[in-house]
Amino acid sequence: MYKITSQPIAIEEVTAKVVRPEAGAIVNFIGTVREFTKGKRTLSLQYEAYPEMAEKQLRKIGDEIKERWPDAVTAITHRTGKLAISDIAVVIAVSTPHRKDAYQANEYAIERIKQIVPIWKKEQWEDGEEWIGDQLQKTAYSDGKPGEVKPS
Amino acid sequence: MIHVQCFAHLKEQTGQDTITIEQSSLSVADLLAELSARFSIETDSLMVAINEEYASPEDIVSEGDRVALIPPVSGG
Repeated sequence: MYKITSQPIAIEEVTAKVVRPEAGAIVNFIGTVREFTKGKRTLSLQYEAYPEMAEKQLRKIGDEIKERWPDAVTAITHRTGKLAISDIAVVIAVSTPHRKDAYQANEYAIERIKQIVPIWKKEQWEDGEEWIGDQLQKTAYSDGKPGEVKPS
Repeated sequence: MIHVQCFAHLKEQTGQDTITIEQSSLSVADLLAELSARFSIETDSLMVAINEEYASPEDIVSEGDRVALIPPVSGG
């Protein structure tokens, strides 16, 4: 259900993992490589992961979702390696009996990925490259660990 | 001996995939202090993972643990 891969992600394969008779809704999130960020042109992205820990942390996100939305089933696949513009970096599929929970749980999953899953991206621009960190502006882990998201 | 895995920019800054510490156990805080001194890297924003879980500054790293330095993540 939780996978890090260097191969292109097949959206339907991730979705198929959460299909079940109890579900009345499946929400997919597909994260793709954006060409322009604040006017700056990205040529490509390089994703690096600590795969063993990343899969473990993805599983933890699935457990957190289960606590908040007990009827939800979650599958997440994140890609590593060099990606071109519009390539798929991550696919999250959540199924629930009713759609509202699936939308909320899916958004929760991507927010948590950006906080706790050890994956890093390097942006390649026309004039250079840089490892990106701190997308959520939370560099200072004042309590020693990445923060918990409070359910809304 | 403790082996510490490096990722992303840390791999480039230290020039190594894995750093070796010549001790059998030490705290996470002491580990970061030693790495900061050895490689002149900024450790304020670094997390340490022990056996694939985030560790606190007072946690103890021991020989045989799987240890990694985790810079702020940027997946998704």
